[in-house]
Amino acid sequence: MGFEDTALLSRILTMMTLSFHILYATIGVGVPLMIMIAQWVGIKKKDDHYILMARRWARGFVITVAVGVVTGTIIGLQLSLLWPNFMQVAGNVIALPLFLETFAFFFEAIFLGIYLYTWDRFEDQRKHLLLLIPVALGAAASSVFITIVNAFMNAPQGFEMLNGQLVNVQPLLAIFNPAMPTKVAHVVATAFMTCAFLLASIAALRILSGSTHVYHKKALYLMMKLGLVFSIATALIGDLSGKYLAEYQPEKLAAAEWHFETEANAGLVMFGVLDGEEVKYAIKVPYALSILAHGVPGEEVTGINELRENEVPIPPLWIHYLFDTMVTIGMSLAALSFIYVVAAWRGWKFIQAKWFRLLVLLGGPLALVAIEAGWWFTEVGRQPWILRNFMTTQEAATTSGNVDLMIILFGGLYIILGIGTIVVLTRMYRRNPVEQELAQREVEKGGEQE
Amino acid sequence: MTLEILGIAVLWLFLFFYVIVGSIDFGAGFFNAYSAFTNKQHILTNIIQRYLSPVWEVTNVFFVFFFVGMIGFFPLTAYYYGTTLLVPASLALILLSIRGSYYAFATYGAKINHRGYIYMYGLSGLLLPASLSPVLAMSEGGFINMVNDSPQLDYWALFTSPLTWSIVVLSLTAVLYISAVFLTWYANKAGDEKATDLMRKYALVWAGPAIITATGIIIELRTHNAEHFARIMDLWWLFGISSLLFLGTVFLIWKRRKYGLAFILLVGQFFTAFFAYGISHYPYLLYPHLTIYDSFTNETMAISLIIAFVAGLGLLLPSLYLLFRLFLFDKDYVKGKSDYHA
Repeated sequence: MGFEDTALLSRILTMMTLSFHILYATIGVGVPLMIMIAQWVGIKKKDDHYILMARRWARGFVITVAVGVVTGTIIGLQLSLLWPNFMQVAGNVIALPLFLETFAFFFEAIFLGIYLYTWDRFEDQRKHLLLLIPVALGAAASSVFITIVNAFMNAPQGFEMLNGQLVNVQPLLAIFNPAMPTKVAHVVATAFMTCAFLLASIAALRILSGSTHVYHKKALYLMMKLGLVFSIATALIGDLSGKYLAEYQPEKLAAAEWHFETEANAGLVMFGVLDGEEVKYAIKVPYALSILAHGVPGEEVTGINELRENEVPIPPLWIHYLFDTMVTIGMSLAALSFIYVVAAWRGWKFIQAKWFRLLVLLGGPLALVAIEAGWWFTEVGRQPWILRNFMTTQEAATTSGNVDLMIILFGGLYIILGIGTIVVLTRMYRRNPVEQELAQREVEKGGEQE
Repeated sequence: MTLEILGIAVLWLFLFFYVIVGSIDFGAGFFNAYSAFTNKQHILTNIIQRYLSPVWEVTNVFFVFFFVGMIGFFPLTAYYYGTTLLVPASLALILLSIRGSYYAFATYGAKINHRGYIYMYGLSGLLLPASLSPVLAMSEGGFINMVNDSPQLDYWALFTSPLTWSIVVLSLTAVLYISAVFLTWYANKAGDEKATDLMRKYALVWAGPAIITATGIIIELRTHNAEHFARIMDLWWLFGISSLLFLGTVFLIWKRRKYGLAFILLVGQFFTAFFAYGISHYPYLLYPHLTIYDSFTNETMAISLIIAFVAGLGLLLPSLYLLFRLFLFDKDYVKGKSDYHA
C-alpha cells in the first residue's frame, strides 16, 4: 500500500471516529449544564417537577457518557496510531492542553459517579446541586482544552522549525493562538444550544405522542428559552469566526463563500450550485460578505483567484454546502426559539399547534446535523494541511498498512454502539414514563409522612 | 532527579494505578461470568455492581491519562509505538469500547441479565489485558524492524516468542488474583459471607499461578534481553520484598484474617515488583531504539506539564478521597442498604 493510500484511509477512519464521537461529546458538554439548571430551578421554585427532570435527564445522560468516554478513548489513541508524525510535533508543542483535558475529564468522571449514586442520600437538594457544578465545569473544560488543540492545528504558533527540528517552544503561545478564542467559544456555545434543542425535541415528542402532563410543558419552555439564549450567542460568535477567517485563513472563507475575485462590497453567496467556476441558482446578499469579514461593506475580501496566484492551497470548494447547512440550521433554530419564547410570553396559541410541535421536534436532530456539518466544514476547510503551513496530512499519516481493515472494524463498532444507545434509551424511558415515576414518588413520600 | 526520570516515574505510577483498578474491573467481569456459569451468580453480582458502577469511568481515565501523558512527556513514542501498534491497539480499543459501553447499557439502562451477555463481558475482560500486554514484550526489543526509516512490527516474531506469551499469561493470572483479593475484602466489608468465601477461594486458587508466571518471565528475559536481566538481578532485593509481601497476603487470606491489610500488602507487592521492573528497564522505552533521554520533550514543555500535573493532583486527590469515602468506606452503601442510584 502506498503512502497516499494510507493518508486517505487514515483520514476516512479519523473522520468516522470523530463524526461519531462529537454526537456524544456535544451531549456530554451541554446536558450537564441543563441538568444543573433544572435542579437549580427546581430548588428555587420549590417545584419537584424540575428536580425530577434533572434526575431523568441524568439517567439518560449516563448512557451517552459511556459511549462518549469509549469513543473519546478511541480518538485519543487513534491520533497516535494514525498520525504518529503529527503527534510527535503535537507532543512537543501542544501537549499541555491535551494533558489538561484528561484532568478535566477525570474531575467530571469522579463527580458524575458521586452525583449518580447519591440520590436521596443527601436530604438537602442543594448539596446535590453542588455536586453538579464540577460535572458541568469538567465537561465544559474538556471541550475547551481539546478545542485549543484543534485551534492550534489551524493556526500553529509557539515554536520554530529549524531543519526539521522543533526549537524555541512556547507552550502558552501555542495555546493562545489566534484561532483559539472564536473556536472555543463557538464549540461551547453550540454544544449548549444543541442540547437545549435536543431536550426540547424530546419534550415535544412526548406531547405529540399524547402525554398531557404539565412536566413536559415545563421542560419544553425552559429548553426553548435556553435555546434562544445560546443560539444568539452562537450567531454572535459565528460572526467573529467569520472575521477571524478573513484575517488568518482567507482560503477557507473564500472557498466556503465561492468568492473568486478579490473585491470590496463583496456579496454573500447563499445556497446555489457550482458549475465549473460559475455559481448558479444562488441567492446573493449584497455587501454581506464584506460585513461578515470586516464589519464594514467597503473592505476588500480576498478571493480564490488571488490566493491561487500566490500559491496558497485552496481547500475543496464543496465545503460551501457544509457552511450553508450549518448557518441555515443555526439561523432557523434561533428564529424558531425566538418565535416560541415571544409567543409564549404574549400568550399566542399557535405554538401549541401540532405543526409547530413538529418543528420543535425536528430542532434537536437538525442541531446535531449542524454540528456535524460545522466540523466537516472546519476540518476539510484546512486541507491539505494537518498543521497549517507546517505539515500536510500526507506527511503526518502512519506508514503502517491495515488501516483499511481497521475502518471496517471500527465502522462495525460504531454501528453497534449507535443502535445500542438508541435501543437502550428508548427502552429506558418507555418502561418508566414520567407519569408513572411521579405517581411512585408521591406514594413514597406519602409513606414517609405516616 | 532529572526531569526525564520524574516524567517517567509519574507515568509509571499512573500505569500502576490502572493496572490495579483495571484488574479489579476486568477480574470482576470474569468472576461474575464464571459464577453465572456455575449457577452462583446471585452470590456475587450485587457486590460487584455496587463497587463498579460509580467508579468504572474513573478506571478508564487512568488509562487515558497514561497514554496522553506518554505523548506529552515522550513525544517520540508516538512515532515508534504509534506506527507499530495500529492493529493490536485497535483491537484493544474495540474490546474496551464494547465492554465499557455495554456495562453502562446493562447496569444503568436496560438491566440486561442475559447469560450470553454476561459471558461475553467476562471474556472480553480477559482478552483486554491479553491484548495490551504484548506492548511490554515489544519494549524488550527484537520485534521492531526499521524499514526505510520507519518502524515495522514483526508480528511473526512477536507471536511466536515465549516471552510474549509468558507476559500474556502473567497479565491474566495477575488480573484474577488482584481482583479476587480486592473482592474478598469488599464482600467481607459488606458482611456477605458467601461472597467472601467464594472470592477467598478464587484468591487462593490464583495466587500460585500469578507468582509462578512472574518468576518465569524473569527467566525468559535472560535469553531475550541479557542486559535487562542483569539489571533485574541487581535489584534482586526489591523483588525479594515483593515476594515477602506476597506471602503475607496469602497467609492472611488463608487464615481469614484482616482482609483489608491483605489487600494493602498485595498493592505493596505489585508496587515494588512493578517499580523494580520499571527501574531495571531504564533507560530504555523501546530497546534499543528509544531511551527516555532521546525521546524526551523540550524543557519548557516538561516544566509546564509538571506544573499542570501538580495543580491537577491538587484537585484530583481530594476528589478521589471523596469518591472512596462515599462508595468504598461507607458501610451503608457497601452493604447495599439503600439504592441511591439516580
